Parts: sequence; structure tokens; C-alpha cells
Amino acid sequence: MTSQTYDYDLMKILVGNIGDPDYARQPVIVQGMTGSFGSVHTKLMREYGTNIVAGVTPGKGGQFFEEVPIFNSVSEAISNTNAKISIVFVPASHFLNAAMESLENGIKLIVAIPEHVPIKDSMKVIEYAKERGARIIGPNTPGIIVPGTMKLGIMPAVPFTPGKTIVFSRSGTLMYEVAFNLSRNGYGQKICLGIGGDPINGTNLIEAIEMVRISENSDPIVIVGEIGGDAEEKFVSYLEANGISNRMVAYIAGRSAPKEKKMGHAGAIVYGKYGSAESKFESFARLGIPVAKTPAELPLLLRIKTN
Amino acid sequence: MRLLEYQGKELFKEFGISTPKSRMAFSIEEARSLLKNELKFPIVLKSQVPVGGRGKAGAIKKCRNITDVESNFTEVMNKKIEGESPRGLLLEEVIEISKEWYVSLFLNRSARCFSLIVSAAGGIEIESAKNRFILDITSSDDIGDIAARIAGMAGIDGEDRKNFVEFVQNLYRLLCEKEAELVEVNPAALLVNGSIVALDSKVILDDNSLFRHPELTMYEEATELESLAKKNGFSFVRLQGNIAIIGNGAGLVMSTLDMVSDAGGDAGAFLDFGGSATSETIYQALTVISRVKTIQTIVVNLFGGIVRTDLVAQGILKAYVNNLITVPLFARISGAESLKAKEILEDSKAHLFDRIEDAIQSAVQGIKSQEGKAIL
Repeated sequence: MTSQTYDYDLMKILVGNIGDPDYARQPVIVQGMTGSFGSVHTKLMREYGTNIVAGVTPGKGGQFFEEVPIFNSVSEAISNTNAKISIVFVPASHFLNAAMESLENGIKLIVAIPEHVPIKDSMKVIEYAKERGARIIGPNTPGIIVPGTMKLGIMPAVPFTPGKTIVFSRSGTLMYEVAFNLSRNGYGQKICLGIGGDPINGTNLIEAIEMVRISENSDPIVIVGEIGGDAEEKFVSYLEANGISNRMVAYIAGRSAPKEKKMGHAGAIVYGKYGSAESKFESFARLGIPVAKTPAELPLLLRIKTN
Repeated sequence: MRLLEYQGKELFKEFGISTPKSRMAFSIEEARSLLKNELKFPIVLKSQVPVGGRGKAGAIKKCRNITDVESNFTEVMNKKIEGESPRGLLLEEVIEISKEWYVSLFLNRSARCFSLIVSAAGGIEIESAKNRFILDITSSDDIGDIAARIAGMAGIDGEDRKNFVEFVQNLYRLLCEKEAELVEVNPAALLVNGSIVALDSKVILDDNSLFRHPELTMYEEATELESLAKKNGFSFVRLQGNIAIIGNGAGLVMSTLDMVSDAGGDAGAFLDFGGSATSETIYQALTVISRVKTIQTIVVNLFGGIVRTDLVAQGILKAYVNNLITVPLFARISGAESLKAKEILEDSKAHLFDRIEDAIQSAVQGIKSQEGKAIL
């Protein structure tokens, strides 16, 4: 298992250190803020408490959106704001350039919202991010939310409540559904992170758990997986190899899907046993991690695990 | 997008990868004429379907003479595999080979790079192959070095190794230039004269990069329904059963599909209309579903904190009023204004539930009681 353990503390990047004046107010820039999608979600993120300090739209520098200044380039936006986080809403065909520009200018966390980014472009961006000690979440992700504090993404606020549970999800709406079920049953969330529905993810399940820096007594972890690829299998092997035995439950979507059909997500496709739900169930079973039959069953399984 | 064998072989030729002499035939008349004028016996008839398992399904037939062709052509042409009808038959000359290998370049998702797999046993299912070798290709690697190393591991030596390396280099060039997710040759055959020939091809292209490859769009094969769905930005998969499943988000729709199957239902369509739900998107989604004639009931699972359910309800009502759909619909739509939504749909064939499990239960029961009546 090759995992890139380096000094990257996601919670610190997202909210900073307790006591600092900018605690929970880390500056964020939005690439593609003036588009229809970007503008709606800039507004919603700000309402939730995210400190959006600048937008980047080439040709619209000098203008404002919702009192947020717009710059022509990432470098201008950064030199005026010191942001280390960027959320990207540009069309998929522009993602490569937008992300490279961010990384070149010192961004340490990119949340990549667009769907339909070519695999080759994702690979280039992820490799360059590694060189620069930066991280990509996504592409094709709903983003990250630290309930009650800030959200970097397109998720609705309603299902999420502050708490201790950690959720990693390969699917967007399912992440909301799962959070909704957790919240309703008293399991608030510390962080919910969307891995993304593409075959290649900037942050996979292993890196997600490393970045969140769970400790031995950390609070429950909920894995929302789906058919396609071997992310869950590798994740379980990683837990096994590193003796991680935190309280954990899982859900896998798509066990009744036909083989060799893309089920909505570019990455949700089964070839033979590779990517099949059975293969993932077998992995989780090996470590005794219960897999829920429905999203609504997850909190019940957590309760059993707790008692 | 998965290419048919013959399409993959067209790309192979473009990249200097040899294939046996072959031609496509769409009718027995064409086959007769090709065999009279262009191809030499023995040949193989190979069904052109975008799925695997052709050999086992009896969709590849060796023919020594025209009598064999006459007796096999129609049978193979009419044989569906996993619901797929052949687009045509490839007639390919049989060549004498001395050795077979399995060679593929595939997207290694967890390693986030392409990997080269080679097995000295060709023509078999690679998952069960014992002597298979895998090397990752990182961006700093030279494909020639990787190919030479794997050749050494697989016992491909001397002059054969040189040809093998060139063969892999050509496949890799195709993979990179055409932005494929998979290029598989199973088997690659070593001929008596030392050259290497691709006897089969499996090429899967990255759909998301097709905008950079106008030359590949001619291989795009979408049914009318798939095109309509795509135009609206939906993901649509036709399935075999009679329950249509609609929702926002791939994971949510997959999850609903699983629950329908657990409840004893049989899904006939999968439709993910993406993040936002308005009266217009649900209407468009129902338009696509209305064209799937086997659908007897519809399950809608919509989750969204910012979704106005009353607007979605209006879209559903409009679909009934316009006679776009006539079958019952069972929905769970979470979001704002859900009481209003229930009021709007009160007198229609749409039923709203708070829990998706209850919506599915009612949908499946409805279908079963209909089937019961049909038997009586």
C-alpha cells in the first residue's frame, strides 16, 4: 500500500487553530464565482459562515459579487487575500487550467466541483498537487462540510448537524441522505467529505482518513461507498495493515446494478469482480465492519457498535 | 464508451498494430461477396457486440468453407448476448500462430496511473490467470523500459522481446493519444515469422475527453432515449424490468435500485437527473421515462434541502395532465413545502411518502397486484 502520508492536517487547513483570530474564518477563493452554479453556491456558502474573500473570473476583475471582490487571476486574488483554499466551479473542460493556476500560486486545498473532467486532466492536476504539497478533493464532489462552522461545496445545509461522526462518501446526494439519517438519530458530524464519483479522485478514502487525523479513540467513522474500482478494498487493507480499529460502519450503493454499465457516476462501473459490491462486502466483513442494507440502517448499526 | 472489436482494430491499424485480415458484413449476401472476392478460408465469424463472453455464448464460429458460413451466419447474427444484438459480423482470416499472450493497459484507479498487465496465457479470463505480471506506469517512466521489464518477467526473450516492446509502445501511444481507459489485446499472437498480431481488441474510451476527439464521435452509439437523456444532462441506463427509478444523484438512485430489488421489484430504468430539481427537470425526466414502453410504475427518490417539493409536484402533475405518463408514481421528495406538494398531487396517480422504503413497498405491491389480476 502506497499512501502519501505527509504533514497535511485537513481540519487545521479548514478551520485553523483554536485561539487564532481567524479561527473558523479561513479565507477561501471561488474560481468561477460568476457562473450560474458558482454564484448560487457562493451565496449559500457565505450564509453558512464560510469566509469567501475573493472570486476569480478572467475579464471580470474589479467587479463585486455579493460584496466579494472579483479578480482576473488567481495570483491577484491570493496576493490580496492570502487564501490557501480554492473552490472551483468552472466547466469541466476548463478545470485543468483553473486548477494548475491555483496550485502554481500556492493554493493548498482545491475543492473540485465539476463533473465530467477528463481522466487525463485529473491525473495531471493530482500529480502536480502532490509536488506542491497540496490536496485536491474531487473532481465531481459535493465538497466538504464542517457542520456548524463552514462548508466548501454544494451540499444543502439542512441535513448536517455539528457533532463527532466523520463521514467519507463517494456519492453526493447519498452523503446528504446519510447525514440526515445520522442527525435525526443524534449522531452529529465533525466533518463530511465527498470523495467524488469519478474513477480518479484527488483524495481517496485512505488519504481522507489520514488527513482527518483520527486518533485511537476517535469518534465513529461512516464510509459511504459504491460499486466501481477498488477504493473500499484498498481502504480496508490499509486499516488492517495499520491496525486501525476505530468504530466504523459502511454502506455500499449499487449492489443490484448490472455489470459493465456506468450507473450515473463515471466511476460506478463493475468489470467482472473488479468493482463489484460483493468484493467490497467481503473486505468489510474481514475486519468485522458492518455494512448497512439501506442508508437509514446506518445509525442503527452505529448504535449496536456503541453498545 | 466501449468500442466494438472491429472499431478497436481500426484504431490499432492507425497506430501500427497488426491485425489479421478482416472485413465487416451486415448480411449473408455481403458475407458471400467478401468471401468470393477478398477473404480466404478458413475464417472466423465474430459477433460485434459491446460485451464480453462471446466465445462461451457461441457467437464466434470458425468456418472452413462457404457451407459453414451459410449455416452459421444467421444464427450468430440473431444471437443476443446480455441483451445486446450484434451490430454486424466480423469475418476474419485465421492465421497460424506459435504463441499467445494477454496484454492490456488499464487505468489503475487506486494507484492513479495506468498499469501494464501481461500474461503468458492468452485467450483466457485474466482474473483467473496464474502467470500474470503487472507494472505501474508513472508519468516519469519510459514505456519501452516497462515493456522490456515485463517481457523479462514473462519469459519473452531475444527477437520476440524487441517486437513485443514495440507492440506495447504502439498500444500505449494509442492509449495516450486517444485518451482511453483500457486497451486490451486478448490474445496477442506471436506468428511463426516473429511478428505480433492482435487477434482481438477491447478499447474503452474516456467519455469525458471526447470533446477533444471529434474523430472518435463516429463510434458513439446512443439510442434515441439515451440521446434525449444526455441532451438534458441526465444519466440514463435501460434495464430489463418494469419499474422506473428516478432521483437526483447517482448514489441515491443506485441505493433506490438496491432497495427496489430487495423488495422483490424489477427495475426497468435508471435515471439520475443530477443535483437540482425543478418542475422542469422532473417533467423532462418523466418525458424520457414515458418512452420506455415496458414501464408499469415509477419510483421517485429525491433528496434535497434546497429543493422546493411543491414545484416538483407541479412538474409531476403536469406530466399526468398532459397524458405524458399514465402509470402510477410513488415518490419520496424531501425538502421544503412538502404539505403543499401532497395537496397538489392529491387527486392524481402520484403518491407521496415520507420514507423511500414505504414508497418502494407500495410501488412493488401495486405491480404484484396488477400481475395477479392479469393471471386471473
